[in-house]
Amino acid sequence: MRAFLEVGIVLYTLVSVLGSFVKTVEHGFPHQPSALGYSPSLKLLAIGTRSGAIKLYGSPGVEFMGLHDENAAVTQVHFMPHQVELVTLLDDNSLHMWTLRGHNGLSELLEIGRFTLTGPPGVTAVLAHSSGELLLLGTEGGHVFVVEVPGFRELEERNISLDQVSSRNLEHVEALQENPVDPDQVIIGYGRGLMVIWDLEKKLAIQHIPATQQLESVCWTEDGKYILSSHSDGSYCRWMVGGQDMNEEEKSDIPYGHFPCKAISKIVQLPTEEGPPFLLFSGGMPRASYGDRHCITVIHGKTHVALDFTSRIIDFFVIRDGPQRTDPSALVVLVEEELVVIDLQTEGWPIIQTPYLVPLHSSAITCSHHVSTIPLKLWERILAAGKHQNAHYSKKPWPITGGQNLAPDPPQRDLLLTGHEDGTVRFWDASGVCLYPMYKLSTAGVFHTDADPNDNMNQGTEGEWPPFRKVGCFDPYSDDPRLGIQKIHLCKYSGYLTVAGTAGQILMLELNDEAAEQTVEAKVVDLLQGQEGFRWKGHTQLDIQEDPVMFPAGFQPFAVVQCQPPAVVTALTLHSEWKLIAFGTSHGFGLYDYQQKNSVLIKCTLNPSDQLAMEGPLSRVKSIKKSLRQSFRRIRRSRVSLRKQHLQEANARLEAELAEMELAPVQRKIEARSSDDSFTGLVRTLYFADTFLSDSSHNTPSLWAGTNGGCVFAYMLRLPSVEHRADEPVTAQLSKEIQLMHRAPVVGIVVLDGHGAPLPEPLEVAHDLARAPDMQGSHHLLVVSEEQFKVFTLPKVSAKMKLKLTAVDGSRVRRVGMAWFGSSRTEDYGESGLLVLTNQGDVHVVSLPHVKMQVQYPCIRREDVSGIASCVFTKHGQGFYLISPSEFERFSLSTRCVVEPRCLVEAPLHSGCSNQHQSQPDGASSTHRYINLEVSLMSRLSWIRTPN
Amino acid sequence: MNKNHRVPSSRSLNAVEVKSKFGAEFRRFSLDRSKPGRFDEFYGLLQHVHRIPNVELLVGYADVHGDLLPINNDDNYHKAISTANPLLRLFLQRKEEADHGTFGTDSLTRKKNTVLSAVLLRPDHNKKKPPVIISLPKDFRPVSSIIDVDILPETHRRVRLYKHGQEKPLGFYIRDGSSVRVTPQGLEKVPGIFISRLVPGGLAESTGLLAVNDEVLEVNGIEVGGKSLDQVTDMMIANSHNLIITVKPANQRNNIVRSGVGGGGGAASGSSGRSSDSSASYYGYSSHSAAASIPPHIIQNFPVGELESDEDEEDLVIEAGGEAEPIRHMASNHSMSSLPRYEPHLNLRTATTPSPDRAMERGSLEEDGTVITL
Repeated sequence: MRAFLEVGIVLYTLVSVLGSFVKTVEHGFPHQPSALGYSPSLKLLAIGTRSGAIKLYGSPGVEFMGLHDENAAVTQVHFMPHQVELVTLLDDNSLHMWTLRGHNGLSELLEIGRFTLTGPPGVTAVLAHSSGELLLLGTEGGHVFVVEVPGFRELEERNISLDQVSSRNLEHVEALQENPVDPDQVIIGYGRGLMVIWDLEKKLAIQHIPATQQLESVCWTEDGKYILSSHSDGSYCRWMVGGQDMNEEEKSDIPYGHFPCKAISKIVQLPTEEGPPFLLFSGGMPRASYGDRHCITVIHGKTHVALDFTSRIIDFFVIRDGPQRTDPSALVVLVEEELVVIDLQTEGWPIIQTPYLVPLHSSAITCSHHVSTIPLKLWERILAAGKHQNAHYSKKPWPITGGQNLAPDPPQRDLLLTGHEDGTVRFWDASGVCLYPMYKLSTAGVFHTDADPNDNMNQGTEGEWPPFRKVGCFDPYSDDPRLGIQKIHLCKYSGYLTVAGTAGQILMLELNDEAAEQTVEAKVVDLLQGQEGFRWKGHTQLDIQEDPVMFPAGFQPFAVVQCQPPAVVTALTLHSEWKLIAFGTSHGFGLYDYQQKNSVLIKCTLNPSDQLAMEGPLSRVKSIKKSLRQSFRRIRRSRVSLRKQHLQEANARLEAELAEMELAPVQRKIEARSSDDSFTGLVRTLYFADTFLSDSSHNTPSLWAGTNGGCVFAYMLRLPSVEHRADEPVTAQLSKEIQLMHRAPVVGIVVLDGHGAPLPEPLEVAHDLARAPDMQGSHHLLVVSEEQFKVFTLPKVSAKMKLKLTAVDGSRVRRVGMAWFGSSRTEDYGESGLLVLTNQGDVHVVSLPHVKMQVQYPCIRREDVSGIASCVFTKHGQGFYLISPSEFERFSLSTRCVVEPRCLVEAPLHSGCSNQHQSQPDGASSTHRYINLEVSLMSRLSWIRTPN
Repeated sequence: MNKNHRVPSSRSLNAVEVKSKFGAEFRRFSLDRSKPGRFDEFYGLLQHVHRIPNVELLVGYADVHGDLLPINNDDNYHKAISTANPLLRLFLQRKEEADHGTFGTDSLTRKKNTVLSAVLLRPDHNKKKPPVIISLPKDFRPVSSIIDVDILPETHRRVRLYKHGQEKPLGFYIRDGSSVRVTPQGLEKVPGIFISRLVPGGLAESTGLLAVNDEVLEVNGIEVGGKSLDQVTDMMIANSHNLIITVKPANQRNNIVRSGVGGGGGAASGSSGRSSDSSASYYGYSSHSAAASIPPHIIQNFPVGELESDEDEEDLVIEAGGEAEPIRHMASNHSMSSLPRYEPHLNLRTATTPSPDRAMERGSLEEDGTVITL
């Protein structure tokens, strides 16, 4: 009965604090962007993607997202001038009208209408007319349709059909532009090159401009006097707009001429208050020598720069300010993998650091690590280190400032660390809606790598033509894959950081506010421990720079451990109070004392019969080579047989083989795991705990390690007293070995104190940030395997409780994290729970210490293996996972910690027309929202199973 | 277990005459039927009377049916004493020379005519074939059973595979497929999981209870409908220690026919479990014919709770350091796991022969040996 009551209480409280599962915000850069739009009046940026998403960004924190029901790519985005509406064109030829509607003081992005042009011709050009009432649609057939918005009513009498313009076949409409000074005049550019200035009121053509080259884009200068056209041969022309029919181009140029050039896909000319105008165009590079470059050329007076991007250019626009809003201030370029903003008013045109849309994948993400509630001191030091690195960025503030961010200040400072393939670790401010880059750590400097640091992507030499300048940080090419970061552990109290990589390297780093020259001490650790019959066929270990290396302010390495064989580090943990790190690979694990810089313990976990682990990762490559050789032999053999006129026979055999292959069904072997399975020795998890390992009256420091083969090792650690810490050795003694009979990989080990709460992190109690663990009651050991959660008593290890997962529903644990769920109602109440992500993509919450399944939410598609693998939980019931190589989705299971965009965009005041969606900010609404949440919580109580 | 300690009341004579044969030598002595003592004492006595103190022996006796049965623990020793009629004929062998094929039904009667000791020689017609290796009773344990017949539809079969630390692989594969279900709307095709392959010599094949194309309906009582092949695979592997699969056999002709036995309710259960010896299949035992002739009375019901408790304390914990015993290396001897728990309470055995299957032995003895049929 007592047990029943306890369980009942736990269930009730967990439900009351848990709230619900919500996906709150996407961080990073949208995958496969396909269209760009900008509203100068709203100061909002819109990006459409190939998957049909539309995302709006304003000032930091102002974000909206919409998704088209059609699974079609967004090809164009146009804001209605001076309004809160925007129009998207998809590649299925449908047009969609979106608006930002106020609701409870917050704006929401809503789709309010859709329209598909009747008849087959596809829409190729869209012009949102400045009146805000008309939409001009140029089509593949060369006709221009006029549509009234927002109702999408086709105004047939105003359509501009091809025969009103010319009798010739002019191909599709390539461009539609409005005269900046006369809204009645539009220019229609046809694919063949002809441009026609059309008067919408008089419904007649005013002027024909006969360009001869295939047209790429058209631009009307600010004063309405000139038209610029760019063409597929890399040329652009300037035409005078005049009363008389002037058929001669005023100026024509192929900027990178002589040899054949690629098309100039977009051209813009903008005047300045005083001084020469800016001319900007994308493309136009000499086809043979630089045809593969993605360039935007900016010409201003004598300055001529070809901005060289690392990925394909989607679109660009220029933000203008100054007294008359004419001076170009910033160039915003959307390329396939990032958004680059260039300050055009500062000498040298530096880049403005983007506060959002930062490419997380500038080098592929290999791991991530989240640290909650960073102490202010450390936060400021990291920020300061980051400032040193950002010296080359423009000092100008972020120019896209639309909307108001109404989200409350984040309650705490959270840090997300991402490890990358190129050996860098990036520190992101994950406290709020904007995942803001704080600091970047590079570990490559510690090692000799194949790449010479001086030869990559530097500015061109003097007098180079075109005058290239590399911009953007997306650089997916890693010099040396061994540098890749695999595990990260940061101690937020001491500022110690340890990172481990692909070639068995483990770096210990310390935060230093000054640049310093350091010699990094390396220690090679042989994890094989004399294991016989081992051949490592993988990569070699990295060579350490022996000379002192100059490290900039920030995290500076002071010790390196190199595992031998240099296999990927699979587990890593740091105890800053004891000054120890533990690391594991597929061969074993080790304990390293970073104060004395020596290794304390090495344990080989390798099973001698495990050939796969014995040979290393390259054996697979070898087998490919082998199979290639075999297939070549087979070809040769078949040639011989051909000569011998056995062709038919060979063919028949081949066909039979093929048929057999096709018929063989996908099948799975059912076999109990045995100790001889592959990679049973791979170390999956390491854990430090101060607990009762040998007897129930004395707690001692301990190290726990869990392997892929379901084995747990526990070592008792003896640490010298504080005054002798520097000279007396730390010792480790094997105390326990637990072999889980189901042999599933151990993915997590936690010790629970007498209250059933997990032990606090090192130094947490010393900093008064956590309650001291209860050392009176008996401790328990929680072992999480891929299949089960099992609680054992301590110090005598005997099974107490368990929860089976795989045996019951066939899913396996992929990620596990401890979380503290604060109640949304009372400030000081909360409970710990276990967050679990399964290979089916479901998130489970398991209560502690009773290991009872509480709730389950579908989170990630089960097919999205990389998404599941990338998931990281925070200590406060949130999580992140990659929805694309460049984007994190953030989700929350906690009612107290929800980070989501809350923002308001108001229609521009001077527009005066159609402001029916104007929203009124009211302060009361946010509390209203909370009440709603509470209500939904109450209703959720009903679906909880009664405890049995 | 105490039932074996009973003194048979039908016997009036209190002394049992013993004739023990080792090689060509005979010894005769007698034992007190009411106080036979323990097996190890008896064993020592045999070594003493034959003057072979350091020879490891296999002890066998001829029972009333003329079968040669082993004596290797208290239970069968007491059985031998209590059934001696009145002479107890013992046959001793050196352990290293031991021929496991000797024990069993008819092993003595078949050889009555031979001149030499029946025990040491095999009949000639057996010589041509490889000998059928029959394990010692201590190694006997169920490897499979059909359970819950009384609650399942006749078209379904619930099979329990015992994979307790034995070397033999489970040995089967599953695949995706589609099956036809009868629904109110008519016949409907639904995805299903099927057995796609049986590994020759594997546990699944040797039981004869599973066959290729059998549809898997449940794993350890949980329906597999709506689950992916990978999920079902993981479920089966997670339950591989004690796997219970409910199948709809592709061949519906061998179904168990419940002919009125159900009236007894419990009568169907607990009488006997059918099991073909695991090693038999190596020698071309026709397991299918065996499966075809399952009589209805060899069915067991296992309470589900029992399944749960089985593996609870399986995890092997090795304490080391401090005052605990020195570190024993695991050396993948996972079968030792069952040691601490299943210490037989009779405590007959010297600890020198830790048997991985002692746990099972106990189980089988409790079931009065009828689980084991050959």
